[in-house]
Amino acid sequence: MSLLTAEDLNVWFDLDGGRELHAVQGVGFSLEPGERLGLVGESGCGKTTTVLGLLGLLPPSASISGRVLLNGVDIVAGGEETMRPHRWVDLAIVFQGAMNALNPVKTVGSQIVEVLELHERARGRDARARTGELLESVGIPANRAERFPHEFSGGMRQRAAIAMALACSPSILIADEPTTALDVMVQAQILELLDSLCRDFGLALLLVTHDLPVVAELCDRAAVMYAGEIVEHGPMDALYHEPRHPYTRLLFAATPDLHGEGVPASIPGTPPRLDQPLVGCPFHTRCDRAFARCTEERPVLKELGDDRSAACHLNDVVAEVV
Amino acid sequence: MSQNGNRPLIAVEDLVVRYPVARGLGGMLARRPQRFVHAVEGISFSVKRGELLALVGESGCGKTTTAQAVLRLVEPVSGRIEFDGGDITTLQSRALRPLRRRMQLIYQDPYESLDPRLSVRAAVEEPLQIHGLGGSKTERLERVREALSVVELNPPELFLERYPHELSGGQRQRVAIAASVVLGPDLLVADEPVSMLDVSVRAGILNLLDRLREDGLGILMITHDLSTAARFADRIAVMYLGRIVEEGPARSVVGNPQHPYTKALLSVVPRRDPRERSKREILSGEAPDAVRIPSGCRFHPRCPIAIADCKRIDPALERVGDGADHAAACIRL
Repeated sequence: MSLLTAEDLNVWFDLDGGRELHAVQGVGFSLEPGERLGLVGESGCGKTTTVLGLLGLLPPSASISGRVLLNGVDIVAGGEETMRPHRWVDLAIVFQGAMNALNPVKTVGSQIVEVLELHERARGRDARARTGELLESVGIPANRAERFPHEFSGGMRQRAAIAMALACSPSILIADEPTTALDVMVQAQILELLDSLCRDFGLALLLVTHDLPVVAELCDRAAVMYAGEIVEHGPMDALYHEPRHPYTRLLFAATPDLHGEGVPASIPGTPPRLDQPLVGCPFHTRCDRAFARCTEERPVLKELGDDRSAACHLNDVVAEVV
Repeated sequence: MSQNGNRPLIAVEDLVVRYPVARGLGGMLARRPQRFVHAVEGISFSVKRGELLALVGESGCGKTTTAQAVLRLVEPVSGRIEFDGGDITTLQSRALRPLRRRMQLIYQDPYESLDPRLSVRAAVEEPLQIHGLGGSKTERLERVREALSVVELNPPELFLERYPHELSGGQRQRVAIAASVVLGPDLLVADEPVSMLDVSVRAGILNLLDRLREDGLGILMITHDLSTAARFADRIAVMYLGRIVEEGPARSVVGNPQHPYTKALLSVVPRRDPRERSKREILSGEAPDAVRIPSGCRFHPRCPIAIADCKRIDPALERVGDGADHAAACIRL
């Protein structure tokens, strides 16, 4: 049994005029204790909606179906009632803009104390001592607890947000673009911190980002999302060296690399609209290997062995390389 | 376009830009000394026609201020800016106007830089009208069409009457670039031109800039992304706290970095291939603010190889390593 399993997650947003946007389409994955999984894709692919769904944090205009099993128990089935005991306690999240996650008029320390008291982890002096420990564990001197968020640099705020997420000792940390707004050296510091937290506390990490190199740096495995679904899933090394979906290959080829050869190439076209029914493979209009079947039949995510899966008809054509 | 062989299109010498720090009323009454943000502290560089120079560094290093000074959007304290052989450091706005056409700025955010109420045609035509160029209405439309096809919005007819909200991020940035190239500029200053765009369209915009460079434009690109600079720049200048600490051909700066700051920066850039996971050399802390610049070498408090002399000696950019045109500012080299 996995620590966390998402099965056939679907999320729809209500639009004006009774239309619906099918933002997440049958997403499934699992996370083992201590594992680091990357959820990668471009804006609008449904990666953030997926994690908001996992945490029961979707806005009222959204509806969700599917199962999210935490140690085998479904936590979304009963709505807020089954979710609340686990949010922050078992699953915690760190968002991109750490400034937005912290209250600007309260000291950083008091906000962490609040989390500890709310979840009845500690009170008063104990809570303040624990807050100091949490801050130290993310590389912030404990005496900075009395400072306000605006007195922190961007990197320090992101560390403080991570400290807050760790308050209830969760087993799973979800990080949504945790380094996107940061400079490269500060990004490296945060990646190093996440790396050591996973190592030292056996934390499982779900890293959500558009940045493939960041995933390559930190994660063992990744799921590549496109147009609301996972199109390829597997060990990071295999995704780079032998992609089994053209989108994965083209996305890597579009990413500049410090010492890479050749010039990065963009992927022509744009993703399909998700407020209309999709016909065929969602990627076929942009794919350089599309053939007749791709325009008619939607490929499903298939197991390919070696812990890999992909949703591409090319994998049915024997001995052909995507 | 004038042809002047190897003379740089833009040459900056010993540029200094400082911003006063607000003292507040109390500070003023107490006659506290005026303090300054030392945004740019004596930098020199040049960009030739057909060359792309990337100015890289972390936020607050002064790269955007440098770009603004080059375009005469902020006033330097001292130094000299030459454009196409003429000193433009102190030109007044009237004299600058004809030059503005020749130096164009591409902004980071194509969602902000385009007026949502202007069609593509109007957005690209407006600069021509402002500069009194393009002759009759029909001639102007012809130039708009040409500019759209230069930025690969083809066929132009398909885009002329569209509005920004009907365009993708990449298409918007192309429209913004079209509104610059329609004026036939010599220099493009691109401030983080792709950082707001999706990965799959970034390369298209960068390849477009690369083609414009091949056609003879000089491009000054501001970026914090070393991988992008490595792949698309001819030359890279690395900035730290208002100074250029290393400068040279992109290939040698990336392949054979000399300055300890450049080395550290390059070591932490994540790579695509998980087998190439970097041996990170992480510097602790963040760059100090540009109000209190450290003594001697401004990098010494974070430098892994600093010695006592580094607190004293402010190093100059000097020729290093593998080539005549590769320089770094470090006394340990």
